[in-house]
Amino acid sequence: MLKLGVPSKGRLMEKTFDWFGARGIGLRKSGSDREYAGAVDGIDGLELVLLSAGEIPRELAAGNIHLGVTGSDLVREKLANWDARVAALAPMGFGGADLIVAVPQAWVDVSTLDDLDAAAAAFRRTHGFRLRIATKYHRLVREFLREQGVADYQLVDSQGATEGTVKNETAEAIADITSTGETLRANGLKILDDGLIHASQATLFRGRRRDWTDEQRAKLKALQMILGV
Amino acid sequence: MPTSPETLTEARRLRDLFAAKGAQVIKADVLQPAGTLLDLYGEDIRARSYVTSDPLRGEMVLRPDFTVPVVQMHMESRADPARYTYSGKVFRKQETDESRANEYVQVGYEVFDGQNPAAADAEVFAAIAEGLAGLPVRAATGDIGVLMAAVRGLRTTDGRKAALLRHIWRPGRFRALMKRFGSGQMPSARAALLAADDPFADAGPDIGLRSRKEVAARIDALRADAAAAPIASEEIALIDAILALRETAPNVLSALRDIAVDMPAIGDAVAGMDARLDAMAARGIDVANLEFEGSYGRTSLEYYDGFVFGFYAADRPDHPPVATGGRYDALTAQLGQGRAVPAVGGVIRPDLALGVR
Repeated sequence: MLKLGVPSKGRLMEKTFDWFGARGIGLRKSGSDREYAGAVDGIDGLELVLLSAGEIPRELAAGNIHLGVTGSDLVREKLANWDARVAALAPMGFGGADLIVAVPQAWVDVSTLDDLDAAAAAFRRTHGFRLRIATKYHRLVREFLREQGVADYQLVDSQGATEGTVKNETAEAIADITSTGETLRANGLKILDDGLIHASQATLFRGRRRDWTDEQRAKLKALQMILGV
Repeated sequence: MPTSPETLTEARRLRDLFAAKGAQVIKADVLQPAGTLLDLYGEDIRARSYVTSDPLRGEMVLRPDFTVPVVQMHMESRADPARYTYSGKVFRKQETDESRANEYVQVGYEVFDGQNPAAADAEVFAAIAEGLAGLPVRAATGDIGVLMAAVRGLRTTDGRKAALLRHIWRPGRFRALMKRFGSGQMPSARAALLAADDPFADAGPDIGLRSRKEVAARIDALRADAAAAPIASEEIALIDAILALRETAPNVLSALRDIAVDMPAIGDAVAGMDARLDAMAARGIDVANLEFEGSYGRTSLEYYDGFVFGFYAADRPDHPPVATGGRYDALTAQLGQGRAVPAVGGVIRPDLALGVR
């Protein structure tokens, strides 16, 4: 038996069901609408598990599910060394969103990470603390800024309404997910020219644990044949 | 094993060896306030160490090394000169390589003595080498002070020198800055900004703590930078030459003397290296075969600002170093609230030392 984890709610779930349906595998919720149980048509030995998109990376790495659909951003954020623990089987072409670094439009002197770094150095001298970047993607943002050689910043946690943190003066800049940039602009923010950290989309992943049975490996092959991935 | 009985026995032997050299045996708390480390190293410390929170004391960190608590203790005691040794566990997050230990013992030897920096460098290197005597290890050395002196000696603006010095430990950003300062060109967005009649024409609402005054001040700085001449290609070539040095110490020394003819600013640092090599030879170190790399030590936690060294298993250069050390004068200045004491130190990992036997 292979367990497939799919986001339990909203558009991500519906689009995932459509994606599998278009490839000959029917996924649906079973029982009442409030129940998180699922059913699968078109292949034997595949069990549908509905759970939160944010928990899917962890459950894949732990081996509690064998396959999972979630955002590629969540996998990179939640799993250290992600590509040793899960493998991407197929980008699914929906759920697209960019993780970006954005600063106030009023910072006319800052359009690149190089500018941000220089502004951060001056900010620290002036204000006595490191420039705050609000985000919930701590690992991705920290690794990106380290690679790009940006210093004198600090990450502050923001689990929601991140675009408002600058106006509220709990942060000077943000790193967040955006699809159109509309909310950013409405909040007086702009994206840095080289501020794209990760272009995310819904992706079908498999776990890389070594304890799969031969039957499970064969089942995955069969599924990949049907899906054409 | 990082903390097996054999490791602890070896750690005790090393600590006793250092204590016999006159070092005072000291201890430090496992839980340290995180603020100091975050101020020194920035956000990266969260990726490399275990930061946790205490309901009353705020953020705390499981000590990633002993250097900061040792410096703090020394700056409070005001004893000078002083020598310290310690043996204890440190904790490092390993986010990419599960085979690397996240908890291991370090035995250290730290010298706070400003009388003769060359002699102090040699003393620490020799003490660490003695601790590893008989093991198949290879030493690598460098001197970040030479690179810093070269940057300070560039014929360019103080602003550019400060930007380069700030990124000495981030080779990628350092290279990008050198390239830009040497090209006389600027990114198109910046050129458009400086050409605009009113740079704030398209500015959105003033939000956040960074004020319009600060933005205007940076625009002034950008204008001044745009007006400054590019760094001469000969000077950039000299910095590249220093970074590319990879030879035995005596050969590097003679190459640096040649470079110093065109760049007199590194003269003192080169003389310091000469004195250090003499002091090391006087302690029986085989200086003629000592390896020196111009860019060694630039990717470690950023506090070494002079002599740097590491000892590696001779047949496993890919393994983490068995011992590391270096000079950290700037760290004592930062933690000393106005008071600075020249300091140099090194640590041995007894588990790895046993492993190369």
